[in-house]
Amino acid sequence: MEYLINLAILFGIYSMLALSLNMLIGMGGLVSLAQAAFYGIGAYATAIGMTSLGLGFFTTIILGIVVNAILAFVVGKILARFQGDYYAIVSAGLSIIVFSILQNWKSVTHGPLGIFGIGKPEIGSYTFYSNTAFLGLVMVFTVAFYMLYQWINKSSFGRVLKALREDEHLTHVMGYKTKQYKSVIFVLSAALSGIAGAFFASYIAFIDPSSFQLKEGIFLFTIIIVGGLSSAIGSVVGALILISLPEVLRFVGLPYETAAQLQQMIYGAMLLLMMIFKPQGLFGKYRM
Amino acid sequence: MKKIKDIFKFKKQSAGLVCDVNPPSAYGSDIITVKNLTKQFMGIKAIDDLTVNFPQAKTIGLIGANGSGKTTLVNILTGMLFPDSGEITVRDKKRTHIKSSELRKYRIARTFQDGRLIEQMSVIDNLLLPVAENNLIESLKEVSTKDYQDRLEKVLEITSLTEHKNKNAEELSYGLRKLLEIGRVLMQDADIYFFDEPFSGLFPEIVEQVCEIICGLQSQGKTIVIIEHNMSLIKRLCNYTIVLNHGKLLAEGIPEEVLQNKAVRESYLGI
Repeated sequence: MEYLINLAILFGIYSMLALSLNMLIGMGGLVSLAQAAFYGIGAYATAIGMTSLGLGFFTTIILGIVVNAILAFVVGKILARFQGDYYAIVSAGLSIIVFSILQNWKSVTHGPLGIFGIGKPEIGSYTFYSNTAFLGLVMVFTVAFYMLYQWINKSSFGRVLKALREDEHLTHVMGYKTKQYKSVIFVLSAALSGIAGAFFASYIAFIDPSSFQLKEGIFLFTIIIVGGLSSAIGSVVGALILISLPEVLRFVGLPYETAAQLQQMIYGAMLLLMMIFKPQGLFGKYRM
Repeated sequence: MKKIKDIFKFKKQSAGLVCDVNPPSAYGSDIITVKNLTKQFMGIKAIDDLTVNFPQAKTIGLIGANGSGKTTLVNILTGMLFPDSGEITVRDKKRTHIKSSELRKYRIARTFQDGRLIEQMSVIDNLLLPVAENNLIESLKEVSTKDYQDRLEKVLEITSLTEHKNKNAEELSYGLRKLLEIGRVLMQDADIYFFDEPFSGLFPEIVEQVCEIICGLQSQGKTIVIIEHNMSLIKRLCNYTIVLNHGKLLAEGIPEEVLQNKAVRESYLGI
């Protein structure tokens, strides 16, 4: 049972990440590979806030949101000048820079040694020590993320994002300040990723920079490609498939030495097959 | 067709639909004036020191050979291009250029020669795009479309898109795509409409439908500018004509007179 709860918590965290990334890529067409960076900043805000500054979990969430929002606002201003492939390349650059900072700013992040002893969330005198309680809290946030996604999707704001992902110039002609929209969705997506990072840090109780590399951003990208671009349910199903897949493969009896490589190959093959046969993903409403 | 007639109230003649040449608003003033406008592309003057006026509440045929500068002029007047020099006056306000994001403010709407739609978005969303809330914060709060429902239904009806309203634009036929683009400008309730070759590649039945829509706008006193090569359509729909040649004004006036102009016949009509 603990095993399943562990999987469910990771599924919830990755659903939050996928929903926040799908707002950016699926709705806005902004192919960002920087999500792992914001995820990491959120995780480190919680880790440093709780272990060094003595802050409560929910305060560190706010800290992570603020740091991510400021960084995303500044970077978003730069990224808003780019489109398509260039946007992806510049965002990948950001991911690499943040990883390098986490790895090398040892006085704050402890570098590759990481930070351990990260506490659990508390509400009043209640602490979410048990995994079941933690899962409940993660699910509350996952549902909130899902509802927020659906709200944006239904709103005029969401319609503008969907228009600018295809034709930014035309959207501009329709009277929208498209750079502002791109900037706001980037900030929002970054802030939400930070929340997921806070839950990850608190759940695992130990973080190091290796969890927030560029490959994690590509993994998140894979989740929404498989589940479906511009789809809330697709984000959740994509997270479910990609989080469960290694566990399923574990029972297939793959040789221990090659299991990790085979897993990567399967991810790659899934992406390839999706792009060929179902480019909009399982539940997607948008084709890149 | 009957429904369109009811909505726009036009008069039909035996030789086909002819617009009412006396729309409700008074003419006399110019809604747009262009003075000494120049636009070059790699040293070639697409618009060459052009001075021309667009009279208010008229249906204006903007004609000329390919490369004469028609689309460039419309692109400048709708903010898609900035001119190199010159002056544009819209409703007595002088400016050196128009910003495309301010077209709503100027109550200007346009279609595109190549039919630009948001392909992976539904017909309804394509129609709502130019009218929905464009303040960023307010747009986040706006989740209901009921404020636009009446106009949306009317436009869907006029453009025969009601049964296709939930389809994505990419699923529509060429004719329906043209109608969707026209529907998008109808949603805007603008004062000035630019139609860039709205009839190209359309079946005669849809040509008639587009004619009816344009006549409907004229009957409401709107200023309409149509880029078109088909002279019979220009004669049917327009009560003013501007002819461009190599980016310069060749002639302007009522279509019957302009089309008899010797320079126009030689340079454009080739007769």
